[in-house]
Amino acid sequence: MYRQLRIAALATAVIGLTSGTALAQKKYDTGATDTEIKIGNIMPYSGPASAYGVIGKTEQAYFNKINAEGGINGRKINFVSYDDGYSPPKAVEQARKLVESDEVLVVFNPLGTPSNSAIQKYLNAKKVPQLFVATGATKWNDPKDFPWTMGWQPSYQSEAHIYAKYLIKEKPDAKIAVLFQNDDFGKDYLKGLKDGLGAKASMIMAEESYETTEPSIDGHIVKLKATGADVFISITTPKFAAQAIKKLAEIDWHPLHIVSNVSASVGGVIKPAGFENSQGILSAAYAKDGADPQWDDDPGMKKFLDFLAKYYPDGNKLDGSVVYGYGAAQTLVKVLQMCGDDLTRANVMKQAASLKDFEPDTLLPGIKINTSPTDFAPIKQLQMMRFKGEKWDLFGPIITDDLSN
Amino acid sequence: MSAAIEEVVTEAPAVEAVPKRAMTLGAGTSLVVLGLLVAFPLFAKNFIIFQMTMLLIYGLAVLALNILTGGSGQFSLGQSAFYAVGAYTSAILMEQYGVNYALTLPIAGVLCFGAGFLFGQPALRLSGVYLALATFALATAMPQLLKLNFLEPWTGGVQGLVVTKPDAPFGLPMSQDMWLYYFTLVVTIAIYLFSVNLLRSRSGRAFMAIRDNEIAASAMGIDVALYKTLAFGVSAGITGVAGALGAIAVQFVAPDSYTITLAISLFLGMVVGGVGWLPGSIVGSAFIIFVPNIAEGISKGLSGAVFGVLLFLVIFLVPHGARQIAVVSQQLLGKFKKN
Repeated sequence: MYRQLRIAALATAVIGLTSGTALAQKKYDTGATDTEIKIGNIMPYSGPASAYGVIGKTEQAYFNKINAEGGINGRKINFVSYDDGYSPPKAVEQARKLVESDEVLVVFNPLGTPSNSAIQKYLNAKKVPQLFVATGATKWNDPKDFPWTMGWQPSYQSEAHIYAKYLIKEKPDAKIAVLFQNDDFGKDYLKGLKDGLGAKASMIMAEESYETTEPSIDGHIVKLKATGADVFISITTPKFAAQAIKKLAEIDWHPLHIVSNVSASVGGVIKPAGFENSQGILSAAYAKDGADPQWDDDPGMKKFLDFLAKYYPDGNKLDGSVVYGYGAAQTLVKVLQMCGDDLTRANVMKQAASLKDFEPDTLLPGIKINTSPTDFAPIKQLQMMRFKGEKWDLFGPIITDDLSN
Repeated sequence: MSAAIEEVVTEAPAVEAVPKRAMTLGAGTSLVVLGLLVAFPLFAKNFIIFQMTMLLIYGLAVLALNILTGGSGQFSLGQSAFYAVGAYTSAILMEQYGVNYALTLPIAGVLCFGAGFLFGQPALRLSGVYLALATFALATAMPQLLKLNFLEPWTGGVQGLVVTKPDAPFGLPMSQDMWLYYFTLVVTIAIYLFSVNLLRSRSGRAFMAIRDNEIAASAMGIDVALYKTLAFGVSAGITGVAGALGAIAVQFVAPDSYTITLAISLFLGMVVGGVGWLPGSIVGSAFIIFVPNIAEGISKGLSGAVFGVLLFLVIFLVPHGARQIAVVSQQLLGKFKKN
C-alpha cells in the first residue's frame, strides 16, 4: 500500500517535472522545428526595380554565414526568396505561396511600397509577421491596425522631421522652397516636413511638384528661385536630384541645399551633377558608406568586409543595397536569437517589438534600434552630413526623431 | 497590271484562317475538362485554388484577345488598359460605394465595352503593326492616367486600393478562395459559351470574313467598320470583366499592376495557346502563370533567360501552340481507335 502510494507520488512528480520543462522549452508555429527556421522573402529580382535584388542576395549570403557558424540556437535558417518583378499582384501570389505552400514562419524584408501594400492585409489576416519591410513609407508604423507589420529603415517622414529640427535650430528665419516628386514618396516627405516645422510651417514659402515623366525640371527651379527663398529642399529621386544640382549652379542660385537621403549617392547623383556644383549640400544618413575611408578601421565595418570576402565575393561594398541587406538580416537574426525556443509567430512579433539599443554593424555609431509594442519604427535616428571635396562629412550629433511615435 | 493583281492575291493574311468548327473542343472533351475544373478544388490547398482562380481570370483575358485577333484579325497590345479599367471600376464601386462584388462585373464589362468600342473608331484607320502600336500607346499611358491627381480621391493614386474579399454567401461551408473559384468558374463558362456562340453567329462569320479578306468581306455587304469596332468592344468588355475578377481575387489594385508587361503576357498567352483556338486560352494562361515560376525554380539569377529559352522552344517546336498539340493527339487517338 505504502509502496504503491510512493510509486504514484514519484510518478506524478516525474511527470510534473518533465511536462514542466517541456512547457518552458519548445514552442513552434508553422515554419520552425528543432533543426530549421523557414524565412520567406519577396524581392524584385526582375523588372524595373531589379537593382534592389542585391538586397535579397546579400541576405541569403548573411544567412549562409549564420548557418556555417552553427545557426541560431542550433537551428539552421532556410531562406526562401521569390521574385515579384515589382508587380503587386505577383507579390500577392508569392506571399500566398510562401505562407500556404512553403509554410514559412515569417515574411521578412519584402521590398517596395506597392508590393507591401498589396500583401499587408493578407498577412495580417493570416497573423504572419510581415517583418522589417524594405520601404520608407510611414504607414508601416501602425501597430494598432496592423500588429503583424513592422518597418525597418527610417521613414521618409522621420527624415523630414530631422531636417525640420535642424532648420529650426540653425536657421530659424529660413525662407524654404520645396521641390517634391508627385507620388507617395514626395507627399509622405512633404507632410513630414510640415509636421516637423509645426507652428513654423509658414517658413515654407513655395512648393513645386514634378511628375517623373517630365524630361526636365528646370522650369520649376527657376520659379522657386524667383520667390527669393534661401533654403532649397529637394525631395527628389536620383535623376532629378542631379538635374536640380546642375540647374542651381547654372542659374547662379546658392541657397542652403538639402537633398533627401534617397538621392545622396555619390556615384549616382553627385558625380554626374559635378563635384564643383555640389559643395556644401546637406543630407542625412543612418548607415555607414562603404566608399568612405573613415570606416576602414571601424570594427563593425571590418566584420562587414570580412563577410563580403568570405560569403559574398560578388557583393560591391560601394552599393548601398549590400550595406542595407546586411543590416536588415542582422536585425532579424538578433530577433530570432531573442526568441530562444519559443518560435511562435506571436513571440517573433513580441521580440521584434522589444529591441533595446541594438546596433547593427553597418549603422552609424550611436544609431540604435529601439522598438516597443506601440513603436514599430526600428530606426528613427539620423545624422546630418555635408558634401565636401568628393565625399560626405558627417557633422553634429545623432538626431532622434521624437515625433514619429 | 497583272503583277499588281497577283500581289494582292498572294499577300499573306495577317492571321492564319481557322475554320470556325476548329475553334472549339468536342462535346465529350468539354465535359471532361468541365468535370475536372469543378471537382479539383475539393482536393487542393487554398493557395493552389487561388492560383487556379488566377488561371481562369487570365484565361478570360486571353480569350478576349483571341476573339479580337483570332476572330477579326486585329492586333492589340493594349489589353492591359482595359483590364485596368475593369479592375478599377470594380474596386472603386466595391470600396467607395459599397456595391456588391457580383454587380460590379457587368458594370465593368459594359464600361469597358464602351471604352473599347470608342477606341475601335480611330483604330479603324490603322491596320497590322500600326494598330498594334496604337494600342501599345494605350497600354503605356494607362498606369500614368491612373496616377492623376484629380482622380486620386477615387483611385487612391499610386498607393492603390485594397479590396475586401467576399465570403461565401448563404452560409455555405467553403473558404473564401473556394467560393471565389467557383464564382469565377461560372462567369468563365458563361463567357466562354457566349464567345463560342458569338463566333458561330452571323457576327462571328462577319469577323472571320474581315480577318480573311477585308475587301472581299465588304464586297459581300459586310459593314467592315461596324464589325471591326464591335470586335474591339466585345474584346475590351470581356477583358474588363476579367480585370474586375482579378481585382477581387488579388484584393488590391495599383497603377503598377497594369503595365505593358501584362499586355505582352496576354499576347504571349494567346500565341502559346493557339491563335483563334478558344480552349487554348486556358493553356496560354497556364503558360504565363506557371512557366515564369518554373524558370525561377531553375535559376533565380537567369529566370528571364530560362523563360526566353522555354518560350523559344515552344515557338520552334509547336508554332501553332496548344491547338497543334490537340490536333496531333486527336489524330493519334483516331489511329489508336482504328487499330
